[in-house]
Amino acid sequence: MNEHNPLTALDRPNSYIGRALPRPNLTRLLQGRGQYVSDMSLPRMAHVAFVRSPYAHARINGIDATEAKAMPGVVAVVTGKELAEVCTPWVGVLSHLKGLKSAPQHAIAVDRACWQGEAVCAVIAETRAAAEDAAERVMVDYEELEPVTDMMTALDSETPLIHPELGDNLAFERNLDVGEVDKAFAEADAVVEAEFVFGRHTGVTLEPRAVIGDWNPGEERLTVYQGTQAPHMMQNIIAKHLGLEEAQVRVVCKDVGGSFGIKVHVYPDEMAVVALSKLLRRPVKYVADRIESFNTDIHARDHRCKAKIAVKADGLITGFAIDDVTGIGPYSMYPRTSAIEANQVVNLVGGQYTNQNYRARTRVVFQNKNVTCQYRAVGHPIACSITEGLVDLAAREIGMDPAAMRRRNLIPDDAYPCAAASGLKFESLSHHASLDKLLSMMDYDGLRAEQAELRKRGIYRGIGLATFIEVTNPSAAFYGVGGARISSQDGVAIRLEATGRIIVQTSITEQGQGSEAITAQVAAHALGVPMERVRVILGDTDNTPYGGGTWASRAAGIGGEAAWQAGKALRTNILAVAASILQADADALDIVDAKVVDKGTDVERMPLEEVARIAYFRPDTLPPGFQPELMAVRHFVPREYPFAFTNGIQASWLEVDPDTGFVTLLKHWCVEDCGTIINPQLVDEQIRGGIVQGIGPALYEHCLYDERGQLTNASMADYLVPMASEMPDIEVGHVVSPTMESELGAKGAGEAGTAGAPAAVVNAVNDALAPFDVRIVEIPMTPEVILRALGKI
Amino acid sequence: MTASVSIKLTVNGETVTADVPPRMHLADFLRERLSLTGTHIGCEHGVCGACTVRLDGDIVRGCLVLAVQANGAAVETVEGVSDSGEIADLQEAFRQRNALQCGYCTPGMLLTAQELLAREETPDRETIREHMSGNYCRCTGYQAIVDAVETTARARAAART
Ligand code: FES
Ligand code: FES
Repeated sequence: MNEHNPLTALDRPNSYIGRALPRPNLTRLLQGRGQYVSDMSLPRMAHVAFVRSPYAHARINGIDATEAKAMPGVVAVVTGKELAEVCTPWVGVLSHLKGLKSAPQHAIAVDRACWQGEAVCAVIAETRAAAEDAAERVMVDYEELEPVTDMMTALDSETPLIHPELGDNLAFERNLDVGEVDKAFAEADAVVEAEFVFGRHTGVTLEPRAVIGDWNPGEERLTVYQGTQAPHMMQNIIAKHLGLEEAQVRVVCKDVGGSFGIKVHVYPDEMAVVALSKLLRRPVKYVADRIESFNTDIHARDHRCKAKIAVKADGLITGFAIDDVTGIGPYSMYPRTSAIEANQVVNLVGGQYTNQNYRARTRVVFQNKNVTCQYRAVGHPIACSITEGLVDLAAREIGMDPAAMRRRNLIPDDAYPCAAASGLKFESLSHHASLDKLLSMMDYDGLRAEQAELRKRGIYRGIGLATFIEVTNPSAAFYGVGGARISSQDGVAIRLEATGRIIVQTSITEQGQGSEAITAQVAAHALGVPMERVRVILGDTDNTPYGGGTWASRAAGIGGEAAWQAGKALRTNILAVAASILQADADALDIVDAKVVDKGTDVERMPLEEVARIAYFRPDTLPPGFQPELMAVRHFVPREYPFAFTNGIQASWLEVDPDTGFVTLLKHWCVEDCGTIINPQLVDEQIRGGIVQGIGPALYEHCLYDERGQLTNASMADYLVPMASEMPDIEVGHVVSPTMESELGAKGAGEAGTAGAPAAVVNAVNDALAPFDVRIVEIPMTPEVILRALGKI
Repeated sequence: MTASVSIKLTVNGETVTADVPPRMHLADFLRERLSLTGTHIGCEHGVCGACTVRLDGDIVRGCLVLAVQANGAAVETVEGVSDSGEIADLQEAFRQRNALQCGYCTPGMLLTAQELLAREETPDRETIREHMSGNYCRCTGYQAIVDAVETTARARAAART
């Protein structure tokens, strides 16, 4: 450090920010001693099994539960109509998504089931097995209705309406026309068009959704143990629909066995469980089995997008145009809605490039399949695949190297702040630095030479590049402005205990990303104490400040900054107490290693436990009128930019066997820029996990429905996910452009991997098969899809 | 309903007797009857490996073995091998390398990795990936797990020489 660049607040002793430290409390999970909701048991707890519709669309003419009620161990059988007395329906719309419509949805279907797997009746019994046995004896009189399954014909006049009162099957439409699109395409040297297809897939959290409702009639309070990412949002919604005050609902979130956006929504069956607890005045538990997970956990994607790009002979991109359709199931999901993904596609296409001519339309249609909603990297993999797919096709058309094509068009690193054609505002991105770093990490030229050499021997390897932008640190622009009570700010309360230990309560939540770890790192760093002294409490509406939780890559950037500010405030408070004890100037003191020291010399004056002892047990010895405050609370939300965009680039290196259509992934690289890195190991592991979750749908993952709306592969044996042997090693590099919205400068990193991986893999497959002049714009790229493209089947 | 069946087995070295329904699988028995909830359930159809336990020294899928089939057997779970210290080094390697995020796959991963390490002195990465392929992880992308297993194998091999 030279004197022109003095130590900043981030360079203090006990420097934990930027260090790859192991997460605290992992030992518990490593010994199988975590506590997931599925592990929990409460006295007098009953279990629910749901009777679910075998039809995609059916009228429920009657339910006969006589036999089921007589089965051993059965506590109650409750229909949708009966449950509606305790739990009001909802409509999943947001006012800022103009024109978005949906129909009222009940916790349990009342007189019509709208997708295969929708709950139509609940059976509550002493054990889950007894509940399942009895559920088989519930007689439902269904009248099958014509299902709407094909999203491409959902808007045709002859297609039946799923909700006649809405007038059509269109949930939402957005149009955007910026710049001179027609002129750009008319004057282009080359125009490339393609119709991109994105299969439906889902999150497959290894622990299925799980919830326990525990209504205590004596306290008139409902405690909900739930694997959720957003406890305060759930508290609000449960209270609202059960007719309770928010203060009567406590949501506790313990260990969560994977989430990825799957567990941030309001699921009708989970609402039914908490309502049943209130109705039956006892704890009620529900854990989805794997078939239920496939049929009812939100699905994602399911887009079909006609897209084109205009380019000049020198590689300059002069226009993008897209026409997108997505099928979201019979309802818009509550409360985040099912229009956000399509909206994001419109926002994000072409956003990494300088081009300002852009036309987009998206239509979001209803269909009788399971609902879709926000899953990791919402809209990003679609927008990135369209953009980067088109760029590669255009590069091929004009005979330009794909890396050179990107360099020609990416927004220059010194052009910020600036905006995308769609209006997204960028504070500071590093596309070119990232591209350069990636190309050198992967030895791009070397790989190209190797590829050419191998091709002569009949070995088809491909390189796929995918640049991306990622929405992180969302402000109220995401949900709050649309009227949803989903907080975009987070709060941290931090206190010095009597023994000199630190307790931090934060409103962000943990599902394995490392929220607890980064909170402890930042708090310990801000205070000047060893991290082992810090205990973090999260996931409990009774015991944390109010806040948003963990989703949309916001925990580190927003919750982390709140922890930083709270830590600094407590430090000031502690030094004020120490100064009054020592009759010193607080500004001349510092905290190092949990000791109050003289600033500059680090000579110890007193340990923190001594400050705490005097403040808590001998305040009589302090000067009159001086009140120690050994707890501090701070909240944070970004205000200047609606989102902190991050950027990055991925590359895939793979081999395709043109005889079998099999793809072998050889290596994957990612360079991303999430601003200040609090814990490099955790960021890298988010990127790696995210990439594999992007590779899954590129090659394997697909929810396959037949034309009657039946999900035909609702088991782990039939729905393929990436396994260890198929995945490549992934090299991760970073460029660091901190956001100036916060002192920490951290942006999110949770979705970058998933955003770019499918495009990189698709581009690599197309590159590998370039000698055959095929182009594949459909995922998952199963061997069948590849062989069809090669004309072999 | 079919009558319960009496079984007697050892679980993590303790003798256990119980009356169980014939259809109850071993993972449910461990979780619900013995509150050993470290054995997780991800699919209940033998695919994901979250329910992996040891039965008479061999790893099995707890959801594919009935509790009655474990009659007379010795069952070991992640809690047992944690307390015995048998996999302490492997657990530490997982911790250091952040080879777990949500931790739901972890007990199965540890028992599966330990089986490989007992059989092969220094398996290469491909062998590790191959061996771990019956255990799903949705969080990590697997690389950190492979790294942690590889690190442990090397450290054990070095300690032997
Ligand atoms: S729960 Fe047994 S293999 Fe998945
Ligand atoms: S750590 Fe979550 S499934 Fe492996």
